[in-house]
Amino acid sequence: MKIILEKRIEHSRVMALLSPLLAIAITVVIGGIIFASLGLDPAEALYVYFVEPVTTLWSIEELIVKAAPLVLIGAGLAICYSANVWNIGAEGQLTIGALFGSAIPVYFTTWQSPLTLVVMLVLGGFGGALFAAIPAALKNRFGANEILTSLMLVYVAQLLLDWLVRGPWRDPQGYNFPQSVPFEGWQQLPLLGEGRVHIGAIFAVMAVIVLAIMMGRSLRGFEIRVVGNSPRAGAFAGFHQKRVVWFTFMLSGALAGLAGICEVAGPSGELQPSISPGYGFTAIIVAFLGRLNPIGVLFAGFLLAISYLGGEAAQVELGISDKTAQVFQGMLLFFILACDTMILYRIKIASGRSASAKA
Amino acid sequence: MNESMNEQPSSAAGPENAADTLLEARNIVKIFGDLRANDDVTLTLKPGEIHALLGENGAGKSTLVKIIYGSLQPTSGALYWKGQPVAMANPAVARDLGVGMVFQHFSLFDALTVTQNIALALPPGLVMAELATRIRTVSADYGLPLRPGALVADLSVGERQRIEIVRCLLQKPSLLIMDEPTAVLTPQEAGQLFVTLERLASEGCGILYISHRLEEVKRICHDATILRHGKVVGRVDPQQETAASLANLMVGNEVMVIKTTRGSAPGEPLLELTELSMATDDPFGVSLKNIDLTVRAGEIVAVAGIAGNGQGELFAAISGETLTAEESQVLLAGAPCGRENITSRRRRNAAFVPEERIGHGAVPNFALSENVVLTHHAIGGGVVRNGLINRLAAHAVNAQVTEMFDVRKGTLNPEARTLSGGNLQKFVVGREVVLQPRILVVNQPTWGVDVGAAAVIRQALIDLAHSGSAVLVISQDLDEIFEIADRIAVISRGELSDAAPAEDMSLERIGLLMAGAHEKANQAGRTATTP
Repeated sequence: MKIILEKRIEHSRVMALLSPLLAIAITVVIGGIIFASLGLDPAEALYVYFVEPVTTLWSIEELIVKAAPLVLIGAGLAICYSANVWNIGAEGQLTIGALFGSAIPVYFTTWQSPLTLVVMLVLGGFGGALFAAIPAALKNRFGANEILTSLMLVYVAQLLLDWLVRGPWRDPQGYNFPQSVPFEGWQQLPLLGEGRVHIGAIFAVMAVIVLAIMMGRSLRGFEIRVVGNSPRAGAFAGFHQKRVVWFTFMLSGALAGLAGICEVAGPSGELQPSISPGYGFTAIIVAFLGRLNPIGVLFAGFLLAISYLGGEAAQVELGISDKTAQVFQGMLLFFILACDTMILYRIKIASGRSASAKA
Repeated sequence: MNESMNEQPSSAAGPENAADTLLEARNIVKIFGDLRANDDVTLTLKPGEIHALLGENGAGKSTLVKIIYGSLQPTSGALYWKGQPVAMANPAVARDLGVGMVFQHFSLFDALTVTQNIALALPPGLVMAELATRIRTVSADYGLPLRPGALVADLSVGERQRIEIVRCLLQKPSLLIMDEPTAVLTPQEAGQLFVTLERLASEGCGILYISHRLEEVKRICHDATILRHGKVVGRVDPQQETAASLANLMVGNEVMVIKTTRGSAPGEPLLELTELSMATDDPFGVSLKNIDLTVRAGEIVAVAGIAGNGQGELFAAISGETLTAEESQVLLAGAPCGRENITSRRRRNAAFVPEERIGHGAVPNFALSENVVLTHHAIGGGVVRNGLINRLAAHAVNAQVTEMFDVRKGTLNPEARTLSGGNLQKFVVGREVVLQPRILVVNQPTWGVDVGAAAVIRQALIDLAHSGSAVLVISQDLDEIFEIADRIAVISRGELSDAAPAEDMSLERIGLLMAGAHEKANQAGRTATTP
């Protein structure tokens, strides 16, 4: 007996939808096995990890707070990856966006007007786009691999942030803690309701809607998909691959930058050496789990937000490391990519006879 | 050197076995998914026989040949070699039995020499100098002159094919399979090949000859098996048939007869190339040299030539995928636009159909309606308005193309890659023709397309020219060129001959132009110096 992958004639729409669900199911099963091998009751552990975070109003609000940046960044990355442009550096673009936007409260500490917030948000997006333009330029000009350059720039951004909050941007009244001045009034995002949910969640939803229309209906979205699928056909259509590289990199960079400034002007309220629990990297999984489709990203963002909350809950209630969250995220991406094979291929079990004839 | 092993097959095909069958494929069935690619196919071949395997694209010829050569296993049915049942488990088994195959697409390394390429296919442990001598002897003996030390990259397509043939001959095959061998040859080279094949047949080697060129099948084959939809629909003697009767057997119904009646004399020049030169960046590309060409309203001009002589580069320069150095080198309807991109040129009412339909003319995993947007987005017709795609308009164009060109497909709007070659070609040509462009440039309009689809496409090109458009057809298919062209130019190594009226052109003259005078002279010198 031999298992053969056979290419499908047309890609399977059913598998395209089923693949993420299958990946989630396998992740849960393997996760249960891991919990069991740690000596925990797998059913209880999985409940704590995946279900508890959505049982109280407080945790649902927290879910939205975590999902907002994931969706915002993931939607941009989905566009990028549709164009076959591999921006792995959203975490760096998020950081630079946060820095650009934070320059306002740091240098104009007393400026208080609605415009303050607008300028901060615009600068945040601008900073992210500018930082994303570096790998785009290197790719277009020198053919440098953007996976490498964008990833390496993450560390540049993080070290820049570290230096700023420990050095020039440190709060003079902050007892030498590595943090900026606290953001106040119009330097902070307005909250939605009583909890911690801020208007960043609205930005995320708006981004999803706009990008869904762009990819589904507009010529620009069509251009991105054509160039991503078949660059020669793109050239024949009169589309420019380099223009698409610029556009997708800067768009995803801007959204990551916006997510960055929303983090520091929202939940954090100040710059710290660490401003994100790896949203920029997790958003890569969000983009794939969401089928590189902005609407799908919205759902995927919530699922990955659960993995963050579940990780925290697992640490508190089960006494295991919060790195569990990363294990689950890693498994999930791994299984999605594996299950995606089934969109273009089907598994066929060959009879023993012809298999031995081939051997 | 295992001379003794190599001798064996040819001695086995000696006179005492001549009457027996060499190869018999009995009731071969091959199923891929839901498709019966071969459905109860039986074929017998005697030593010394040149047997044609005829059929449209997708009729199951390649599947059958791959089964015989051992690269596919039949679902049921059996192969008999000289009367004995045999399992062709893989190509190595087939080669050991004495089956040689010359593929349509060569598997040669450009950066290696002829000898090195051949050595790769032979058992290890060869002395290169000895092999070079054998190559020289065998190739000269069979009238296939080759320089063993030449780099493949420097050779013409015809010479590359000789390498493949010589590679097979060195293993002294008793059955040689040739897949569309003349598709890449000049008429003269094809003539030379036929002499070689007849010589091989006279020595007792069986030849399975796959082709869709009916005239040459009539010329050299003694027997023909015709496949349609995976089934054998006839076994005939090609000498007793006409090309038309063979075509009808292949297609299964009467092939549409192309109406070539032309109206008025050609009008004003719509497409002009002046002193078009363009260097290539690609090490294996072809630079265009000083090309002049005019195509007038109402005429079809054909550019003949063997593949890889600059057709792709010429197409790119006219379409605007590659910009020329000077604005004035390309004129569309009198307007210089050598520096304009393809979108601007489309707005000048020009349309283009590239050679590769998959991945260049169409995005394989996009639906047909989306592939309409690919070339219609920049021009009128309302497929794109205010930056938004009008899906209904794109569907309407798809439906229009489907109706006009009889595009056959499973669903209304499938992904492009699910269409057969002929149907997708009808789509990519039809997508441009429905725009009624004033200028249409088509590279290889019916390459790898079945007879029925080819007739539809050629008729559409003629009708378009008849309605007053200028049509430029770049093609390797001389039958096609003579069928539709008013004037013919020949491209060779990036140089284009003057376009002469089709009635003044003969196959011989085109063949000479295809080879290029300088190339011809080189070859003569080479043959003479071969020891």
